[in-house]
Amino acid sequence: MQEVTEKKEFTPNIVAFCCNWCSYAGADLAGSSRLTYPANVKIIRVPCSCRVNPTFVLKAFQQGADGVILCGCHPGDCHYVTGNYYTRRRMALLFSFLNYMGIEKERTRVEWVSAAEGAKFSEVMNDFVKTVTALGENKRLTDLRVKEGK
Amino acid sequence: MRDIELKMIERAKALLESGEVARVVGWKKGEFYFDPMPAVFETVEELNDFVYNSFCGANLSKYLIKVSKNPGKTAIFLKPCDSFSLNQLFKEHRVIRENIYVIAIECQGKLSVEKMKKLGVSAITEVNENGEEIVVSSLYGETKFSRDEVLLGKCETCKSKVHQVKDEEIILREMQAGKKDRFEDVEKLEAMSEEERFTFWREQLSKCIRCNACRNVCPACSCMKCVFDNPASGIAAKANDDKFEEQLFHIIRAFHVAGRCTDCGECSRVCPQGIPLHLLNRKFIKDIDGLYGEYQAGETAEGKTPLTSYNEEDGEPSDVFKGEEK
Amino acid sequence: MQRIGVFICWCGSNIAATVDVKKVAETIKAEPGVVFSDNYQYMCSENGQQLIKNAIKEHNLTGIVVGACSPRMHEATFRKAAEAAGLNPYMVEIANIREHCSWIHKDMDEATEKAIVLVRTAIAKVKLNAPLTAGESPVEKRALVIGGGIAGIQAALDIADAGFQVDIVEKNATIGGRMAQLDKTFPTLDCSACILTPKMVDCAQHENIDILSYSEVEEVKGFVGNFNVKIRRKARFVDETKCTGCKICMEKCPSKKGLNEFNMNLDTRPAIHIPFAQAIPNVAVIDSTQCIKFKTGKCGICQKFCEAGAIDYEQKDTFIERKYGAIVVATGFKPIALDNFNEFGYADNKDVITSLELERLMNAAGPTNGVLLRPSDGEHPKVVTFIQCVGSRDTSGCGKPYCSKICCMYTAKHAMMIREKYPDTEVHVFYIDIRTPGKNYDEFYRRAVEQYDVDYIKGMVGKVYNENGKLMVQGSNLIDNEQVTIASDLVVLATAIEPEPSVRKIATLLTASIDTNNFLTESHAKLRPVESPTAGVYLAGVCQGPKDIPETVSQASACAAKVIGLLAKSKLKTNPCVATPDEAMCNGCSQCANVCAYGAITYVEKEFRLGGGKTEVRRVASVNPAVCQGCGACTVTCPSGAMDLRGFSSKQIMSEVEAICKK
Repeated sequence: MQEVTEKKEFTPNIVAFCCNWCSYAGADLAGSSRLTYPANVKIIRVPCSCRVNPTFVLKAFQQGADGVILCGCHPGDCHYVTGNYYTRRRMALLFSFLNYMGIEKERTRVEWVSAAEGAKFSEVMNDFVKTVTALGENKRLTDLRVKEGK
Repeated sequence: MRDIELKMIERAKALLESGEVARVVGWKKGEFYFDPMPAVFETVEELNDFVYNSFCGANLSKYLIKVSKNPGKTAIFLKPCDSFSLNQLFKEHRVIRENIYVIAIECQGKLSVEKMKKLGVSAITEVNENGEEIVVSSLYGETKFSRDEVLLGKCETCKSKVHQVKDEEIILREMQAGKKDRFEDVEKLEAMSEEERFTFWREQLSKCIRCNACRNVCPACSCMKCVFDNPASGIAAKANDDKFEEQLFHIIRAFHVAGRCTDCGECSRVCPQGIPLHLLNRKFIKDIDGLYGEYQAGETAEGKTPLTSYNEEDGEPSDVFKGEEK
Repeated sequence: MQRIGVFICWCGSNIAATVDVKKVAETIKAEPGVVFSDNYQYMCSENGQQLIKNAIKEHNLTGIVVGACSPRMHEATFRKAAEAAGLNPYMVEIANIREHCSWIHKDMDEATEKAIVLVRTAIAKVKLNAPLTAGESPVEKRALVIGGGIAGIQAALDIADAGFQVDIVEKNATIGGRMAQLDKTFPTLDCSACILTPKMVDCAQHENIDILSYSEVEEVKGFVGNFNVKIRRKARFVDETKCTGCKICMEKCPSKKGLNEFNMNLDTRPAIHIPFAQAIPNVAVIDSTQCIKFKTGKCGICQKFCEAGAIDYEQKDTFIERKYGAIVVATGFKPIALDNFNEFGYADNKDVITSLELERLMNAAGPTNGVLLRPSDGEHPKVVTFIQCVGSRDTSGCGKPYCSKICCMYTAKHAMMIREKYPDTEVHVFYIDIRTPGKNYDEFYRRAVEQYDVDYIKGMVGKVYNENGKLMVQGSNLIDNEQVTIASDLVVLATAIEPEPSVRKIATLLTASIDTNNFLTESHAKLRPVESPTAGVYLAGVCQGPKDIPETVSQASACAAKVIGLLAKSKLKTNPCVATPDEAMCNGCSQCANVCAYGAITYVEKEFRLGGGKTEVRRVASVNPAVCQGCGACTVTCPSGAMDLRGFSSKQIMSEVEAICKK
């Protein structure tokens, strides 16, 4: 019922990129275990977290996402052997960079969720939604050239 | 300066005359003394316009991508920092080592005509470097500066005076690397609050007119077709199609050159709006150094870049922010 | 114009109880491009599938979206249904409105709203789908085994028994590997040669096995099912087809001072030699760095005495090229060099030896004919001290961080064998931990302690030094908490093992991943432990990680099973969702190949038209669809966006992002 009151204030739009082999399956397990998380989390399936191009993340923010989360297999367990190692470097650098440009660091996140971690998936999503809700609407990534700024 | 210039012309002449090279990449006289331009010399006659003076800050290496495809060898004059860029181009197979003849040249740091103008000197007709003393002649007389006062921004933090690749050298005097720490300005930004940083970049990037000068000059930004020019990419820019555009462009550009950018500083030098674009790339360099070990793109012509390699023990993306909580 | 059909499944009440399926189907009808939208109780049922098939035909659908359970559940089902109705199976997208929606949300409005977004997102994607066809590639019905130790031998025998041709490439003059050097094997103490050599003979006699000894893999091209391998047959200066193995040459050779590698350099052998009595092939080889004929041009004695006329000083390296469908890497190991362990005095004292050297000293065919004698003076040692973990589990950087796994067991074996043969000999063992998991292993170790009175001392050894002809082993006894010094006659170092260094070159040739310790990486640590990430390459024995003989043999047989499974196929179907470069945009910068775990990307020089009759030759990436696994790592590395992934193209994902963000 808490959710309902929150919803009236602000419901963040969350995009989750999940790798097909671990995290998407983890999300499936969260579903079949009926472990709830808010409906504003929406999942896009990718073969591997290393398929996620920074442009996808930026596009999501541009299109009005308030938070973007990438989920992949745990390092060392990547279905494609090394894919998530590249993800880890790319996203560490990208997210640090976005923060350098003044984007709240809480809006971006990478989590490793295995196919067996349905509970973790649900926990992560609840926590992420909570964090982004507290942050409020994403304005910065859509309005850098906003007229009032000039 | 003039002594080096003469030696360079002499070598260029000899190389062209002997047929060892088919062309020489250097600088030629511009309209004014202070605007020499990158140029390709194919005949000895053309060398009459050859120039090498305090304003030859331009990095010539990128021109090789196109020029060196023509038959015959291409000779190029490279300052130490430019040699990093060429090595990176070798690494990415954009330029073939065998086709290039590298003449390493002396550079004491190039000078900024903008800074001189700001200090009240215009209509410059000649500059003489006398160690740390810079004597600027203009239509209105002679002014003396200290080198530090008028050094190009990118030269203040000069990373190295050692050529990373060369076939011969024309170096008459000892050279010194920059005195300023190149991460100082990045650290200043990092020390700001998110809000302040956001405001800083909003103000800077809102000046961007998308002239693409930074992209066109950047030796790492060497794609045949830029994603931003490709409608199929989904991020191609239609002029000011939304308010996010400039930011997206600069973030993606910085990411694409991350691990490949040699920090040559050309982006900021050529930006007509004076946006400190190098501070974007330097953030990536600083993070890479800090997270994955010091790495200087262009130091070698082989090996993987930090973003095309990994270590099983690498930190998590969330670790980046650890310890900087206020 | 696209004609999209949408099918919303109730999944009984699984979806319908929380998602208003009728509303979803109704709302979606208004989406541009959607020409058909319906809902049904069980889409995956026979009737549900029929409904889809009928709609595809009736409405000439160009793509369909099924709003149902996870694609991990029924994507294949619906793809088949589409295919049966004449629609390309890759024109199907699933919106997961069960696991990701109805099952986790309770509020019907909220869940319905989300389901609509998810279906819209799937529509956005399917509009950009392209029909894909799985490719096919033929399979060369021949396997290559690299390495002729027990791993390679076992794999080759199993594959050959199944009726496929196998070549064993062995860099030494004989197959047999490390196991041939061992005296006895744990935990049964049976003679190593007695169980190994019959298998070697089996290999030699098997009609499907071709042993290429004294040979090395030089070049590998191609991919799973179609490897092209160039093999260097090193000049052995003896005609393999003529040599009868009579050994008269060994007898007559005047240069007998070569170090005998097979006996761990503990004795010498002639320049022309057969490595050991049961060598396969039983053919001599000339060590040209030692041979007088090669050094001075004079001699030629062996040629004079060889009745078969097999000696050929002019022989040169030759190359053969063969095609293989699968490759087994079984390159084995070597003990590490002890240069970093001066404290044990290995370099300075002849009587400080490695365990593998001890094997030769105890072996009846070894330099001492199996009598345990000290290398320095040929005396019987009265006190023997073993030091375990020399270079294993070493985090100082001098040795290896991993456990070599076999040392605890072979040290117990050595200790027992010495006590058995020479009951008057004192045997001490310094150890950090004793690790004996395995069938009958702990029992074996306990026998050493309980039955043979081997003195096990828990503690590390600080140094070994020579004092009046005795080797003083100074260490700590952690149980009694005291420093001990044992005056010994012989010190045996249980030296860490490491992958045979030549594996690095092999890994590069095969583009097989290798870890920081030079062990080849398996495709999945748990579920695909014998496969390299490079398709068609399999791993057997210590090249993949430390292991003992039974484990090595098991892994080799597992490899063989995988290889047989592969070679039994007439054609390989390839995953159509692979990376493809747009050559017009490719810079040829090689970044994509750097991140490809499978070595699927190569570069070719191609001629392109520039217009105006001009052409230009450019280096562009080329993806082998039979090798690419479709992860997409390359697509993000590519700055120009030339590399894209079929089925998960950048445009598709961008379009999904756009749709999913819309509130």
